[in-house]
Amino acid sequence: MSDGESSASLIETHGGVMRFAADKPLRLDSGARIDGLEVAYNTYGRLNGARSNAVLVCHALSMDQHAASRHPVTGKPGWWDQVIGPGRPLDTDRLFVICSNVVGGCSGTTGPSSIDPATGEPYGLKFPMVTVADMVRAQAMLIEALGIEQLFAVVGGSMGGMQALQWAADYPERLFSAVCVACAARHSAQNIAFHEVGRQAIMADPDWRGGDYARQGVRPEKGLAVARMAAHITYLSEQALQRKFGRELQRDGLSWGFDADFQVESYLRHQGAAFVDRFDANSYLYITRALDYFDLAASHGGSLAEAFRRARDVRFCVFSFTSDWLYPTSESRQIVRALNAAGARASFVEIETDKGHDAFLLDEPVLHAALDGFMRSGAQVRG
Amino acid sequence: MSGPNEYQGKVREDFREIVRLVRPGSRVLDVGCGEGELLELLSREKGVDGRGLEISPEGVSACLARGLAVVQGDADDDLDYFPARAFDYAVLSQTLPQVRQPRHVLSELLRIAERAIVSLPNFGHWRIRLDLLGQGRMPVTHELPTPWWETPNIHLCTVRDFTQLCDELDLRIEACAALANGKPARPIEPKRALENWRAESALFLLSRANATAKLPSGEQKADLFG
Repeated sequence: MSDGESSASLIETHGGVMRFAADKPLRLDSGARIDGLEVAYNTYGRLNGARSNAVLVCHALSMDQHAASRHPVTGKPGWWDQVIGPGRPLDTDRLFVICSNVVGGCSGTTGPSSIDPATGEPYGLKFPMVTVADMVRAQAMLIEALGIEQLFAVVGGSMGGMQALQWAADYPERLFSAVCVACAARHSAQNIAFHEVGRQAIMADPDWRGGDYARQGVRPEKGLAVARMAAHITYLSEQALQRKFGRELQRDGLSWGFDADFQVESYLRHQGAAFVDRFDANSYLYITRALDYFDLAASHGGSLAEAFRRARDVRFCVFSFTSDWLYPTSESRQIVRALNAAGARASFVEIETDKGHDAFLLDEPVLHAALDGFMRSGAQVRG
Repeated sequence: MSGPNEYQGKVREDFREIVRLVRPGSRVLDVGCGEGELLELLSREKGVDGRGLEISPEGVSACLARGLAVVQGDADDDLDYFPARAFDYAVLSQTLPQVRQPRHVLSELLRIAERAIVSLPNFGHWRIRLDLLGQGRMPVTHELPTPWWETPNIHLCTVRDFTQLCDELDLRIEACAALANGKPARPIEPKRALENWRAESALFLLSRANATAKLPSGEQKADLFG
């Protein structure tokens, strides 16, 4: 991600926090609702006069709205800096790119670390359970508030791709195209299992305090770090780990103890430690739960094709990576077959790479070229 | 832009013939669409609503750049997932000998489309027969340019074999043309023994023999039965 360093500051960034009045609550799948919803978002590029060039970028589990601008906490370039910007696939010279933090998140949008207006204290576990459909509902409120009737595209990788699918299922008339990278239409048993390990790590941390840590002035950093370490392994392929680290040692010789002898251990510890600086443990619980609950077919009578029945006019583009074992190609193929069965206009590419799931965040020329082609041709068709 | 199939501004002869056969504004699935030359030609000249199926990621990427809707996949595994009558035409250009189950694929083409357009090299061409007879070796020709050990063709057949399979599947051959390198397509009666000697390659327009008249769109159907 260091390649984009120089350009990060060049992209004009706007945005802020959209506050919805109490008479515009976010109604959740669980039946609960959130009053006074706040949605934090960034925008890149300019909205044209016809309001027809807006692209919503949906972020993944551990990301936020800082898709193409420097992260305020870490100072690092945006997580999709290589995809969003002038002359890039999501070309900010032509497109108006919006990225908002998901509901349940911890980067400015209402989530478990926000203040509950009913009590004046952080929600903690009093925060209602949210789903991917709830995240999309909150985004739809933001898009409407920004005065955009139809999005040119909804684009996302991993959990972001799931949101793009949910958009197509729930608001087919409000998007012209959808791009889903490295995602699935439902969480598998293995996906749920890994998330459960992460959640248990957080909840086993004595500083989690039953989710009430914010009020008690502590943070379950150890638990969240372990959750991140376990999850991070699922983002990489075996080959990528082997290529990066092999059995290389941190120092000459073994410590004959439990220090991080191997470079891969040190790397994971670093990933864990860095994550706790920018992420909230309860948000991690809520968002992983939302993903586990995600099953687009189940909410449409068990038929994924049925979910896309109303989305026949949406142009879809689905990407998968050969070495992604978190959301493998077979999952993307399910999506594509359902799209074909529904008669939707679908394209699908499986990209050869050994970088695993994280390939969607990395320099993948084939992905970028294909995405660029898809976006350009879409713009031509739409005029 | 010129791809490997479009040299010196000339369009591949079978593509030219396919474009001629397809009704304007129809829905077309090109199975094994490569880099999308035919689909682009069809959408430019006939205004078709085209979709593609292509096995190579490079091919699919090239198609995306042309603005085509193409799915990475193959004829053997992915046709099953298309609904019946989703297309007016399914095109399989010089690909049938490369699939694992030609009979199944052919049958699937005519499930998902009203008509199939299939072109294939004719292993019954006189030069191939002579090569085999004279040299006792697998022929290498313009239509079959690779040696046996690297050919993607695993199910070669003759025009006669193919027409027999069409009969078995109860398919109607609506039109057939012999194709030869650099020459215009020549309409033929494919069941004539002589054509099985003469045609280097043949292109068929097929439909289901028992196909009922095309159902009108949903709205009209409601009127008919309501």
